[in-house]
Amino acid sequence: MNETVKHTAKKKVIFSEFFRNNGAVMGSLLFGLVGFWLIFLILLPQLSMLDYSFRYNLPPAEVGGPKDVYTLSNYQHLLYGSDTSHQRYNSVDLKVFVRTIIAAIMVTVFNILLCYPLAYFLGQSKGSGFVRLLVVLLIIPYWINEILRAFALRIIFGDSGLLNDVLIFLHITSEPIDFIRQDIALYAGLGYAYILLMLFPMYNVIESLDRNQIEAARDMGASWVRIHRRIVIPHAKPGIVSGATMVFMLSAGALAAPQILGGPSSLWFTQLVYQWFNDSLNWQQGAAYAMVLLVSTITIVLTVMRIFKVNMGDIGK
Amino acid sequence: MSSGVAVDLENIWIRFGDFVAVREANVSIKGGDFFSFLGPSGCGKTTILRAVSGFLEPSQGQVRIGGKDMAGIGPNKRPTALIFQNLALFPLMKIWENISFSMEVAGASTAERRKRADELLDMIALEGQGDKYPSELSGGQKQRVAIARALCANPDVLLLDEPLSALDLKLRQHMRTELREIQKRVGITFIYITHDQGEALTMSDSVAVMKAGVIDQIDSGHNIYDHPSTPFVASFVGENNVFRGKVKEIKGNDALISTNRSGELLSRITPSQVGKLSVGDDAMMFIRPETLRLGKADASSKTTISADVINEEFEGNSFSVFLKGDGDKSIKMSVPNAGQDHISSRGENLSLHYDATNAVAMPAGELASE
Ligand SMILES: Nc1ncnc2c1ncn2[C@@H]1O[C@H](COP(=O)(O)OP(=O)(O)OP(=O)(O)O)[C@@H](O)[C@H]1O
Ligand SMILES: [Mg+2]
Repeated sequence: MNETVKHTAKKKVIFSEFFRNNGAVMGSLLFGLVGFWLIFLILLPQLSMLDYSFRYNLPPAEVGGPKDVYTLSNYQHLLYGSDTSHQRYNSVDLKVFVRTIIAAIMVTVFNILLCYPLAYFLGQSKGSGFVRLLVVLLIIPYWINEILRAFALRIIFGDSGLLNDVLIFLHITSEPIDFIRQDIALYAGLGYAYILLMLFPMYNVIESLDRNQIEAARDMGASWVRIHRRIVIPHAKPGIVSGATMVFMLSAGALAAPQILGGPSSLWFTQLVYQWFNDSLNWQQGAAYAMVLLVSTITIVLTVMRIFKVNMGDIGK
Repeated sequence: MSSGVAVDLENIWIRFGDFVAVREANVSIKGGDFFSFLGPSGCGKTTILRAVSGFLEPSQGQVRIGGKDMAGIGPNKRPTALIFQNLALFPLMKIWENISFSMEVAGASTAERRKRADELLDMIALEGQGDKYPSELSGGQKQRVAIARALCANPDVLLLDEPLSALDLKLRQHMRTELREIQKRVGITFIYITHDQGEALTMSDSVAVMKAGVIDQIDSGHNIYDHPSTPFVASFVGENNVFRGKVKEIKGNDALISTNRSGELLSRITPSQVGKLSVGDDAMMFIRPETLRLGKADASSKTTISADVINEEFEGNSFSVFLKGDGDKSIKMSVPNAGQDHISSRGENLSLHYDATNAVAMPAGELASE
């Protein structure tokens, strides 16, 4: 009770300070812009999708008519499939859903494992010119369009692509490996697409860690494993979680990489959504699928944050 | 408690590329001593300490702890504990976890660690505060936690890198006494780094005065103050008035200096330079402000300085009178406050007397820059 009182009091201070710092005109303008952004660019589109997801897919003439009522049928379709199907559950779509979530988690974990050592190296080798150069080199590929990057990866991972050529040349394999069918290209593409969103938050927090803390722990006899477990990782946790959140959400919601790099038999859940919107022109059904994906990913993120005791506030840091 | 572990630095050189940070350091620190390195910022104090703690290998020379050569032994394997200039407490660990971190490393149980942490918290007068986080403590309390954390590892040598520099004056003076008491109680060797000569003089058994990578003098605080061996030490430690000139005459341990400005003045030669100063040499003579006294004009006296007053400052317990001195340097005299309104007036010519035993002469050299 007392807490909330304090909280609102604090908020009031922040608001009045905001206006004092920016002046009334500028303050209102900034305030209005943020409000516009929140309402028109985030809230309204999502709400309209939410509304769609609870309606029937009717011919234009009947929209707004007596048949246009709310329904759960779109959500039921994801669970049980169409009325004409013989299966108890809509196993095809549910499998795609579960596979997408698991794959997104794997991509996230893989990115954490890959980025942590890199971020540690970059963050702790204080400001040398070489490190700056490395960071710039990491950014350059991202000047290229996402779709072009995905096609480039497809070329590298193709049957007669660079990777297979090298593997065959080194006699590691005699037959080209079908990276596309094995989904290796897809995971590599997804991992690569969002890796900077993992690297930079991690790099930022690790860079802010006082080197003396590491040396103090070392002076007290701590091994490198313990130093990372007790000092560096706890310090980097907000950065890791914020990176992981972005990578997970964006991987689960990715469309370009699965379209271009996915094997012929493997679908990403977003591709189902896309099909509903684009091929079947059933926006209502697509909206329901998209809502399920959104709510599930948010739930997973919040659960993970709770497990690792990270607050929303820490993430923005 | 044993008599403590000795630390020896033998002909240590430390280079960073072409830059020589420490040059030919030879120091032997007796076990159980409170030893200080004193020097201006950037003179290489931290660098020496890092060589002792093992974070840095000297480019040349040997570090011995308890007689044992430390070459190739990492900081986690040395019997030293380092207290960092910024303390480096672990902000995400509770105080008791901070203190007992070295035991955690050694694999002690939570109960053991907690017990030892509580004992140490008692010792530093922070009983019952073990469950707080470092950010919830005051500067002085954090300071004491850092000391407890270092002591928890039962080191043979405690290394302290300007640990009091972040505290305010009152607390700093209090912590000086406290540190000295802790050192006496645990009986281990303390190596203390500071650029504050007051700290070095009050706490240490021995002080090494450093200048740009070179150790100028190693001695007791008393001897450093009274018998400085170089102009740098004389001008860096405490306040001193310098008189430049040439040696006119030498009589035993005394020298008559013909100064550039104040005529012929008599001084004793600082002990380490006796025999190294000869007639005609460039010399410097130092007289401390508190050893100057006001007296009658006496042109024939060799221990009287005549100078014009520039200004006077009231310091509370004393007055500082500044007079025109040698070159751009003024002469400072400090007179105890015994209820006078003032000592002098601007432009007045004063005669300052001193005892030749309170003045030290030595070959001319580099002074500490203010
Ligand atoms: N890793 C390094 N690489 C290059 N030069 C260094 C390095 N570490 C220290 N130095 C140089 O060595 C000199 C001594 O540094 P050191 O940190 O020992 O000074 P200090 O006496 O501790 O000063 P302070 O009182 O300001 O802490 C400085 O000129 C510094 O620039
Ligand atoms: Mg230093």
